[in-house]
Amino acid sequence: MRRVAFFAVALTATLTTLGFLVLPVVAIFTHVSPITLVRQLSNPVVDDALVVSAKTTVLAQALVLLLGTPTAYLLATRRFRGRSLLVTAVELPLVLPPAVAGIGLLVAFGRMGLLHTSIPFTQTAVTLAVAFVSGPLYVRAAIAAFEAVDPTFVDAARTLGAGPARTFFRVAVPLAGGGLAAGEALAFARGLGEFGATIMFAGSLQHVTQTLPLAIYAAFDVDFDVTLAIGGVLVLLSAAVLIALKLATSWTLSLQTSGFRFAPSTSN
Amino acid sequence: MDALTADLRLPLRAFDVELTLAVEGTVALVGPSGAGKSTVLRAIAGLVRPAAGRIALGDQVWFDDRTWRRPEERPVGMTFQHYALFPHLTVRQNVTFGARGDVAPLLERFGLTRLAEARPGSLSGGEQQRVALARALAREPRLLLLDEPLAALDAHTRSTIRAELREVLRTSRLPALVVTHDFEDAASLADLVGVIVDGQLRQLASPADLVARPADAFVGSLTGANLLRGQAAPAHSGLTALQLDSGGVVYSTDVLRGAAAAVVYPWDVTLARTAPDDSAQNHVAGEVGSLSRIGNRVRVAVGPLTAEVTAESAERLAVREGEQLVATWKATATRLVAL
Repeated sequence: MRRVAFFAVALTATLTTLGFLVLPVVAIFTHVSPITLVRQLSNPVVDDALVVSAKTTVLAQALVLLLGTPTAYLLATRRFRGRSLLVTAVELPLVLPPAVAGIGLLVAFGRMGLLHTSIPFTQTAVTLAVAFVSGPLYVRAAIAAFEAVDPTFVDAARTLGAGPARTFFRVAVPLAGGGLAAGEALAFARGLGEFGATIMFAGSLQHVTQTLPLAIYAAFDVDFDVTLAIGGVLVLLSAAVLIALKLATSWTLSLQTSGFRFAPSTSN
Repeated sequence: MDALTADLRLPLRAFDVELTLAVEGTVALVGPSGAGKSTVLRAIAGLVRPAAGRIALGDQVWFDDRTWRRPEERPVGMTFQHYALFPHLTVRQNVTFGARGDVAPLLERFGLTRLAEARPGSLSGGEQQRVALARALAREPRLLLLDEPLAALDAHTRSTIRAELREVLRTSRLPALVVTHDFEDAASLADLVGVIVDGQLRQLASPADLVARPADAFVGSLTGANLLRGQAAPAHSGLTALQLDSGGVVYSTDVLRGAAAAVVYPWDVTLARTAPDDSAQNHVAGEVGSLSRIGNRVRVAVGPLTAEVTAESAERLAVREGEQLVATWKATATRLVAL
């Protein structure tokens, strides 16, 4: 009897959770007819936001990958004093409220700021805001991925005549590949949805700095159908990222399980 | 062939590794787990830096107080205990990774041509070890470093790979340092065996010398077995006869054919003045070469083999060097390993 009661409670909780999480997503696609949604995609506001988001996301993620990967490799493979302090500093933007990140970027790069640049309220500012907020997600995942690479593979590469650079590109990066891809998928999704830091640091200027999330907010009072259409686009993109993430994770797992079939745990 | 000379001191958590070694031909380092054997290999390969000392191949210095050659600048071919084959590369890509020339002949030689496009994860242990050897040799190294080459293999594969390894070591004409925890593997592969305990080289000698004259009780217990080499062929009533290279015949209950070694533990061998008329199949008469006492036991070298008897029995028999004695043991206490 008790067992049945427990199962009933758990099932109710599960169904409530699922309903609560899925309902808003379903609502976006059912509130107006799909034809209206598709038609709104040719709206210039939506078009401009798509272009701004695409450009800044590609640039920001290129920056994250190019700078973040070597940073993570060094932090994962070297042991030195102050290392954990450095890792914490890299992770700080993760817990920082996005609005605070925006103000920080403004007083760092603003005309009156530390570096006296004219970056704020340009597309470069959007790129920097997205990189600042999403980069740490990637770096954190990449550190974990590089730390999980068996150092014996690196040793083997070195004894086979590969210098540090060749070892990095031919051995460490491919072996950490699944983890790197998963981290990048998360960073990509986080960057795509970036709102707070961008609106503080770059503003919301159509065709220049207005990304998809900013356009949702701008169109909210003007044309609700546009808001819904952009929402639909973001849902589809996010779902694609999630599927990519799952694929990357399963690829890493298959690589790891196939590598050590005949390796009993003896030491020395 | 240039000899490797290593003289190194390297502090580990529990003890310091300190040893001086010259490697010409094949030298094996034997010792218990955690004795610092692998650390010695890693230091010679340049994967860990000793605190002090000197490592050189011929007159090319790799390490001393002024010199440090990085691992990729040392012409070593190294294999690792769990092979460390790159799981994301095929067999061919693994072998090509450090190769100087065409790898096709190497793949052919190790029977890997058929598996060239396979990933290491789908190979058996023996196949993985062959890939590891081919990969190390493809670099055309001037020194071989083999870390526990047989430890991760099952008994059957082990004897096959051991024979292949002997062949590789014989034909490559390279100085080689092999690390193993198994004295029989060491004795079957190497000309000289060093026993290493807590980072210190306790004794460096030929396998036969180590069995006959262990420096201390620990070496005595570690260097278990006599190894008698010869040709195996079927004999009467299901036994195998091993025609010894040193003359004479030894019988074993193991079934084997071709080049082989009989493994006989010293404590399974009894000594007498004349051949006893008992159930034991194996009798070898020989001159007593040496006597060494280990605690309450005595190791007595008789001809090609060493017996271990109690000190009391040795006194009762009044064993003296240069005397003729008969060593006796059973065919059931004779293991045969393929060479």
